[in-house]
Amino acid sequence: MELESTRDVAARLGETGYLCDESLATVTYLALRMQRPLLLEGEPGTGKTALAEALAESLDLPLVRLQCYEGIDATQALYDWDFPRQILHLRALEAAGAAKEQPSVEEAEKSLYDARFLLARPVLAALQQSPAVLLVDEVDRADDEFEAFLLEVLSTYQVTIPELGTVKAAVPPIVILTSNRTRELHDALKRRCLYHWIEHPGLEREVEIVRSRAPEVSEALGRQVVTLVQQLRARDDLQKPPGVAETLDWARALHHLGTTELDLATAAATLGALVKYREDADRVRQALDSMLRA
Amino acid sequence: MVHDGDEPTRHGADEVCLAFTRALRAAGVAVTQDRTHGFLAAVALLGLDDQRATYLAGRATLCAGPDDLERYDQVFDAWFNARDGLPRTRPAQPATPGFSDLPATDADGTGESDDEVVRAMASDTEVLRHRDVAAMTPAERARLAGMFATLRCRPPMRRTARHQAWHRGDVDASRTLRASLRRLGEPAEIAWRRRGVRPRRVVLLVDVSGSMSGYADPLLRLAHRFTQSARERGGVVETFTVGTRLTHLTRALRLRDPERALVAAGETVPDWSGGTRLGETLRFFLDRWGRRGMARGAVVVVFSDGWERGDPSLLAEQMARLHRIAHRVIWVNPHRGKAGYEPVQQGVLAALPHCDDFIAGHSLATYAELAEVVSRA
Repeated sequence: MELESTRDVAARLGETGYLCDESLATVTYLALRMQRPLLLEGEPGTGKTALAEALAESLDLPLVRLQCYEGIDATQALYDWDFPRQILHLRALEAAGAAKEQPSVEEAEKSLYDARFLLARPVLAALQQSPAVLLVDEVDRADDEFEAFLLEVLSTYQVTIPELGTVKAAVPPIVILTSNRTRELHDALKRRCLYHWIEHPGLEREVEIVRSRAPEVSEALGRQVVTLVQQLRARDDLQKPPGVAETLDWARALHHLGTTELDLATAAATLGALVKYREDADRVRQALDSMLRA
Repeated sequence: MVHDGDEPTRHGADEVCLAFTRALRAAGVAVTQDRTHGFLAAVALLGLDDQRATYLAGRATLCAGPDDLERYDQVFDAWFNARDGLPRTRPAQPATPGFSDLPATDADGTGESDDEVVRAMASDTEVLRHRDVAAMTPAERARLAGMFATLRCRPPMRRTARHQAWHRGDVDASRTLRASLRRLGEPAEIAWRRRGVRPRRVVLLVDVSGSMSGYADPLLRLAHRFTQSARERGGVVETFTVGTRLTHLTRALRLRDPERALVAAGETVPDWSGGTRLGETLRFFLDRWGRRGMARGAVVVVFSDGWERGDPSLLAEQMARLHRIAHRVIWVNPHRGKAGYEPVQQGVLAALPHCDDFIAGHSLATYAELAEVVSRA
């Protein structure tokens, strides 16, 4: 269970099909040992979310995911009271009260704020289930206020519910935050976290990733696809260079068409899996011919 | 080699690491006390004997963003890889080319080298910002084209009839009631609402007649920039060219890539560098588009030097019509910013009483000013 070293981490993640380089393995190891949240930034499609999933799988822990969006607030992240059920409970008390003696007001009130009426949202759920992996996805989409709130939870790993008391994680959950850098996160939040910038993988590693994630794709095709994608990433005129997720999509798409050797016609036909802008598609189509011949 | 007198002083590992964080801070990375603490803890975990591990530990604990990473690499290299044990001198900075090193005009312009030039010469770009765009060489124009991306073109906002949920403002009766129904009729929290805001429509009328030919390219780039930045915020910018006839350009300028958009625009417009019949085309615009809603409540910007071949009274009449429909009418004249300019052209004289703003439009700096005026309209 306990991970001893950086290499251990890489090996465990590798078993689940997530191949990480030395630096990412080191940061993950540090995050686990120092019990600090890990903030991952990088281009879309470089495997930020996948790391949390792989980590949960390899450590055999439940994964609790909190997807951030504009306007998310504490009741959606932390907990909420199940109001309809509370009302129902009150009505039931009333009905029962008519038959026998009335329960005291305080008792009735107290019974309303019972743990069974509590709706645990992701953060509270992670604290209750801990050890667990808590993935706070795309934290840059949430508002500043929400960040401040996260800060509070991440520094103490406890949540205070006024009516019930404090919920504290027995073991702090493993927290992974991901950000696409659509806005700069607050310094205070960053300071709590270990930081890692995920780069696009190199040629060999990406070939390995394709092999492990899409084993049905033939090796020659996989290598061809990755070589092409790497060349595309090296160009700087694409609006959205393809990520690893796109590489995998494309390789799978080609495989489904029964391709074993990449040629111009099938490549052009399946470009939609790789680039998602019309302008990009045109540029890639123009470049494909020379790239395939090389 | 080592004399007794100046034996190198030995430092503890923690001291070396601490000093490293100080050096990093001096290099401009915002290293705080708790980050330093985290770094030492991480190094202790990974073991000091492994330099690569120390490097990665620092990257994870001391850096806060991609900008920091490069600085970190440099400082780390200088601090831990100083082979002779002494702090190394800073590597010689590549000499930055000054003013005199302007590259020979490469009209066949390879984009790459031009980019580098722009980055190397910030002061030069500042000059370029204020230069008259019509008097530029092709190479300067190419460089200026890239600078259009820096313009901030926020669309003007207007209030909407619809309300939106807000945490204060007026009571939102229906939402309050619905929330309470959801809770079996128990009174629930009161919902509030306020009037929403939406981007106001912007209409750009660009004169592409002969007297304005030097400005056509930058003005269309500006229009493209307006279109794209409004799109990001859900607003609409409509662009027309006026000359001897009216051409709707919005569709061409919606292409994201500026070069392709300009090519598409060039193919759409039939009357480049023709004459000007401003009054007539304006009437056509108002009859065909403006009155039906496009100019209603919109911010209308007219780019023209006011050389009118037709009847100035017609232009005055049409400008008055436009002014009645539009929220704000802005006239941009490329000659306005030049020394000794007087609004004496008949067209300008006829139009001026019906304009809310009359501003210059011959350089990038004036376009930035225009963007500011439009966004505040």
